[in-house]
Amino acid sequence: MTAITPQVPHETPHGRGAPTTGTAATRWLGALCWLGVAWLVLAGLVLSPRDVVQGESVRIMYVHVPSAWIAYLAFVVTAIASAAYLWPRTRSLTWDRIAGASAEVGVLFMGITLVSGMLWGRITWGVFWQWDPRLTTTAFLFVTFVGYLAVRGLGGSHHQRARRSAVLGLLAVLEIPLVHFSVVLWRSLHQEASVLNPSGEVQLDGFMLFTLFTGVVVFTVVYTWLVLHRQRVLWLQDHHDDTGLDEALSARRAEKGAP
Amino acid sequence: MSARGVSVWHVARAVATKDLRIEWRSRVVTHQVVPFAGLVLVMFAFALDVESVMQRVAPGLVWLAIMFCQFFLVQRAFAVETADGALDALRVAGVDPAGVFLGKALALMVQLMALVALLLVGAVLLYRAEVRANGAVLLVATAVTATAGLACVGTLYGGLAAGAKGRETLLPLLLTPVVAPVLIAAARATEAALGTAGTAMEDGWPWLGVLSTYAVAFGVVGTVAFGPLIEE
Repeated sequence: MTAITPQVPHETPHGRGAPTTGTAATRWLGALCWLGVAWLVLAGLVLSPRDVVQGESVRIMYVHVPSAWIAYLAFVVTAIASAAYLWPRTRSLTWDRIAGASAEVGVLFMGITLVSGMLWGRITWGVFWQWDPRLTTTAFLFVTFVGYLAVRGLGGSHHQRARRSAVLGLLAVLEIPLVHFSVVLWRSLHQEASVLNPSGEVQLDGFMLFTLFTGVVVFTVVYTWLVLHRQRVLWLQDHHDDTGLDEALSARRAEKGAP
Repeated sequence: MSARGVSVWHVARAVATKDLRIEWRSRVVTHQVVPFAGLVLVMFAFALDVESVMQRVAPGLVWLAIMFCQFFLVQRAFAVETADGALDALRVAGVDPAGVFLGKALALMVQLMALVALLLVGAVLLYRAEVRANGAVLLVATAVTATAGLACVGTLYGGLAAGAKGRETLLPLLLTPVVAPVLIAAARATEAALGTAGTAMEDGWPWLGVLSTYAVAFGVVGTVAFGPLIEE
């Protein structure tokens, strides 16, 4: 627990020595993120060839697929951290903050997934949206976790927030398969002749596959970096909520008492 | 956890009776929610304009109106509990939270069932939907399982948001994605029961399976999770 929460400097007058969320490890990780993103931009936009069928639009995939992967990973992490919080022996707010940080990053990447997917769909299928089970479930997942973040912002004590959001984080695990299954059943009974390109399958050459794989790795590193920092910021926020008033009071008293 | 031999079902029945009595005496449901539901049906007609379209989409619209009303009913169900700290009092008294959950869900289900019946009559009158006799079993089974699912999930999320600031706007955001399977399945099953647009009766039964699974899943989870959710 102490390894992933930063030390708060005791003296923080007027921004000097303000608490930082960086450690040596995360700074290295940050540098790695920069390198990875720079490489991905180069490989995705310049080095990789255009697709024979899709042309330049295939490059959207290098952002779309990794962000979808990260979004799903993030929500799985949220569910695991929620379960870990609710487990009586590990009722630690660190798990709650990891769940919250991961959900925030997940919503961000799910947003990127939806927007990039719609752009790709418009170019490839001719429409922004298709009532396909996978798309619909993804959209519902997005809305569910927007609601999750809203619940986190409801207020109350830290443990109240943690308990509410942990139950909600786990309910999503129950909800999403039900939504997915019912949408699959819904679409299977309404099979319409599709005027659209029936499959978005792409024949990938070696370098394109490599670029896609690099994208997944780079995005995973960026996700880790973001969650680590965000989790620490949340810790500082909680710490501030707990002790901010007392510290401000004692600072004022010290001012008065000082000559 | 149940106090001195009072079974979960005793608690559930007591809570459900209390909730229904409050609703009956306050007349909020009969004087506000039911007229609103009727208005929604009229508004749909205004929005859709074409009568053949209305007949086609009547089952879906009925369940959409039910979903809107569910938000109000869930809101109500927990407003009466949190206003005077009644939920805290129940907890302090050592009442089994599983019983409270089941009781509140039961009361909600009864109200939703009444609304479904009224709205179906409304759909027949306003949208010229036709009820066929041999679809009655499927229709009733759909109404029971769908309202059971809505009631369980509504009680669960209502308890989650109970007492929090801004719950009026938060609850629809939380509930809408969760009740999507019920909306899909109940609308399709109702279409099959009514034979809307020539839908065969057999097409309805798989949807009944979805609705039953949903109701059981959220019923079980709600019974287990309600205690930790409302504890302070």
